[in-house]
Amino acid sequence: MINRESGVFQTSYEGDMALYTLPLARNTTRVVVALLVLLPVPLIMANNEHLMSIATTIALAAIGAIGLNLLVGYTGQISIGQGAFMMVGGYTAAILSSRYGMPFWFGILAGGCTTALVGILFGIPSLRIKGLYLAIATLAAQLIIEWVINHVPWISGGAQSSIYVDNPALFGFEFNTEFRRYYLVLVVFLLAFFGAQNLVRSRIGRAFIAIRDRDIAAEIIGVNLFRYKLLAFAVSSFYAGVAGALWTYYLRIANYENFILAVSIEYLAMIIIGGLGSVLGAVFGAIFIKLFPIALDLTVVSISEGVFGVPYQDVANFLANMQLFLFGALIIFFLTVEPEGLARMWEHVKRYFRLWPYSY
Amino acid sequence: MEFLFDLVANGLLVGLMYALVALGFVLIYKATSVINFAQGDLLMFAGYAAAVMTGGHGMPLWAMVLVLCAGMVALGFVLERGILRPMVGQPVVSVIMVTVGLGFVLQGLVTIIWGANTRELALPVRFEPYIVGPVFISPINLVAAVIAVLFLIAFGLFFTRSRLGVAMRAVADDQQASMVVGIKVPRVFALSWAIAGLAAAAGGIIWGNQIGVDTFLALVGLKVFPVVILGGLDSIGGAIIGGLLMGVIESLAAGYLDPLVGGGTKDFIPYVLMILVLFVRPYGFFGHETIERV
Repeated sequence: MINRESGVFQTSYEGDMALYTLPLARNTTRVVVALLVLLPVPLIMANNEHLMSIATTIALAAIGAIGLNLLVGYTGQISIGQGAFMMVGGYTAAILSSRYGMPFWFGILAGGCTTALVGILFGIPSLRIKGLYLAIATLAAQLIIEWVINHVPWISGGAQSSIYVDNPALFGFEFNTEFRRYYLVLVVFLLAFFGAQNLVRSRIGRAFIAIRDRDIAAEIIGVNLFRYKLLAFAVSSFYAGVAGALWTYYLRIANYENFILAVSIEYLAMIIIGGLGSVLGAVFGAIFIKLFPIALDLTVVSISEGVFGVPYQDVANFLANMQLFLFGALIIFFLTVEPEGLARMWEHVKRYFRLWPYSY
Repeated sequence: MEFLFDLVANGLLVGLMYALVALGFVLIYKATSVINFAQGDLLMFAGYAAAVMTGGHGMPLWAMVLVLCAGMVALGFVLERGILRPMVGQPVVSVIMVTVGLGFVLQGLVTIIWGANTRELALPVRFEPYIVGPVFISPINLVAAVIAVLFLIAFGLFFTRSRLGVAMRAVADDQQASMVVGIKVPRVFALSWAIAGLAAAAGGIIWGNQIGVDTFLALVGLKVFPVVILGGLDSIGGAIIGGLLMGVIESLAAGYLDPLVGGGTKDFIPYVLMILVLFVRPYGFFGHETIERV
């Protein structure tokens, strides 16, 4: 039933406390989840592993982006260290699995928890400093973690700084194809998404938002800054650690190059383009940032080969630089034109159709 | 002991070069409260432009310097006008990201236009080192230091003697009050970006000559964060002293710690030190401390 609201009237406490109070929103969510679950079906029939891997990559990135948005968008604590936190999770999982034979679910949880601890450690400066200074402190965290992991052979597993892991397996079921791994990532993504949506409307989420809007005022109304700032760092790092660990199991290798400073900045770009302070926005941002280079590749290559007859090899170099250039230009464009990102654009669309076709 | 002298002397010279880059940072932060993550990229851009002008077109040095300085000042104006002014009143993370985006644009742009190969930026300076007692000093380091010192002195005079410099300090102190006394604040913002462009031009020539011109030149910008945190983000004197100190610390770490752990401490120690400073004295040694209490 496509019914639209004319005021929200609930008759039970359960209805009032539901995540989505409108039937329309509930049904849309169900449809989207069902579509995500069914997504591999046509791809399996076409045996298109490439498209499947793109979807998996987006879901993985979305987990990290949601985590970062909890910290930056909701709590207002800037972090340029998301990549490094993912690195901690990734290496923890890889070490536990490859050396101690732990199952993958334990690796993911342990990766998340270890990263949460590291996040708390680097979140401690946030109690004294904020804004620009905190940004620089987390930048230092990124560079220090990167350096330590690279220079301690016990962690990095030697000169290449990479550790191989086996396919994740559960009760003898091995996630050994692209499509099976997609479901593994999808389950974690859905948990992360709905977990975050519930978190931000709870007491904790309201405390986060209060701290973002004005920390001193929040302290006056009784929000314990010490506890909630560190909690924000812990939750955000937990997400990052889980994403990093999943990333490692997905690629079957832990390698620091997947988590360098540029990756941290990419995640910041995701939440800014998607919309600060919006869980859905983080997902939009992940989709946008991950699809953008692919789309650019396709257009530039088809133009150069179709119109000018230049083979791909000759434009590959230009393409990489063009990506960098457009990536930067996009960040600037979104920040100056639509600072609240794709989430806000989505709101506009929804508002338009709420009154459609009688928009007066 | 001689080893120590050598390390300290070279550290000081490198430190002056850091101070020069840090100056651009501090200027922008002081006047506009924007932290410029693209300072390294601006420097790289200037380095590329300088290398192209002296290399391919064979421009004489003085002409290159003039054109470069004029160009970078113009670029500073344009950037402030085009992308920084719309960001007034936006959250800090947005302002940071807009400069990060600017950095990407500059990196993509230089490699699209001029290619990613490392270029040489030759300056007419002799190669053999001067030997002062136990200390070896390479002439190019000395030239860099002299340029840095000249620059720093010029800025010092500009800020204390000239009308515009005083206006800039006033804006840094209190924007509203300076508006009241008739200072055109937006103009001062633009000016501070122009001066940062100038500092980037000087830094680009010196650093480009030292480590070669390619996109790695932009990483100098990352090195400057420990410098400005140590000295205090809004203190020009702090930038100079922080730069010198960081140069010496890096040089000592490279000399004494590298053999122990197998290299690379130079890229590590400054950041550890920075975190410690942030824990203990977040506003640096000379920065302005803002106190907020409930």
